Amino acid sequence: MALKADDLNVGDTYSECLVEDLKRTQIVQYAGASGDYNPLHTDEIFTVEVAKYPSVFAHGMLTMGMTGGMLTNYVGDGRLTKYGVRFTSQVWPGDTLNSTATVESLQDGLVNLVVETTNQHGVKVLSGYAQARID
Amino acid sequence: MAVEKFPVEASHIMMFARSVGDDNQIYYDDEYAKTTEPGTVIAPPTFAQSSAQFDPDYFLRPKIGEPWFGSGGQPTGITRSASGGGGGGGLHAEQHFEYHRHVKPGDVLTASVGPGKTWEKEGKRSGKLVFSETVTEYRDQNGELVITARGVGVRTERPVDQ
Repeated sequence: MALKADDLNVGDTYSECLVEDLKRTQIVQYAGASGDYNPLHTDEIFTVEVAKYPSVFAHGMLTMGMTGGMLTNYVGDGRLTKYGVRFTSQVWPGDTLNSTATVESLQDGLVNLVVETTNQHGVKVLSGYAQARID
Repeated sequence: MAVEKFPVEASHIMMFARSVGDDNQIYYDDEYAKTTEPGTVIAPPTFAQSSAQFDPDYFLRPKIGEPWFGSGGQPTGITRSASGGGGGGGLHAEQHFEYHRHVKPGDVLTASVGPGKTWEKEGKRSGKLVFSETVTEYRDQNGELVITARGVGVRTERPVDQ
């Protein structure tokens, strides 16, 4: 399951589709599980009429959480040592997200990855890095 | 957010994994988890964020008997000052985790928040941006540091242009 240093090369990539046609209900699920009940994510009336956004939008942490699933599928369970992101654009209901990890460097039993998640328009919504232990 | 007691529970991990669309059975099935390298159910990488559930003062959760800024009969349940776009305390700009070990059901964590920087920037799509950073240390029942988290929030002058 875990990655082996001998099999990895700088520039290797691993990609997954994280979600197709993101549903508002999944955003509600994330609100309930994470405890972040900001109405910007679940309350269309508040978000449109008070906050002045076109609709509710996903928690950045939902995108980070979905991207984290791609990472653990790639590097194996319990192998991550670092994972950090910037949220570069909002994610809306109906979005389809694809995520890619690219091997940036290998050192002393660790792999450093560049992480990027984009929407169906090719707009980057998350950009970050991860580090994992390898065999 | 400071949290005195964050009990890590299997059902919470399951619900969290469902919500991020992660069907890795290590988050759902303790029998399966025994066959994995960690040998136990562990929490997904961003699970620590749900410590909000255990913060008694978390401002993005409705409190019993208190006004809530989301809609009811009216678009908002409170009278708001015109303090910037976004509503609800701004937007999340960055999040970083460092894992010293991966937490598992049965762990009881504390979270303490240290001081972070604040800075400003002029944004193209949302006017003046005020960034503020928080560093949170999660420690286990033995006082060992398990996760270091750094979050950056941003308050925008107006809603982000689409």
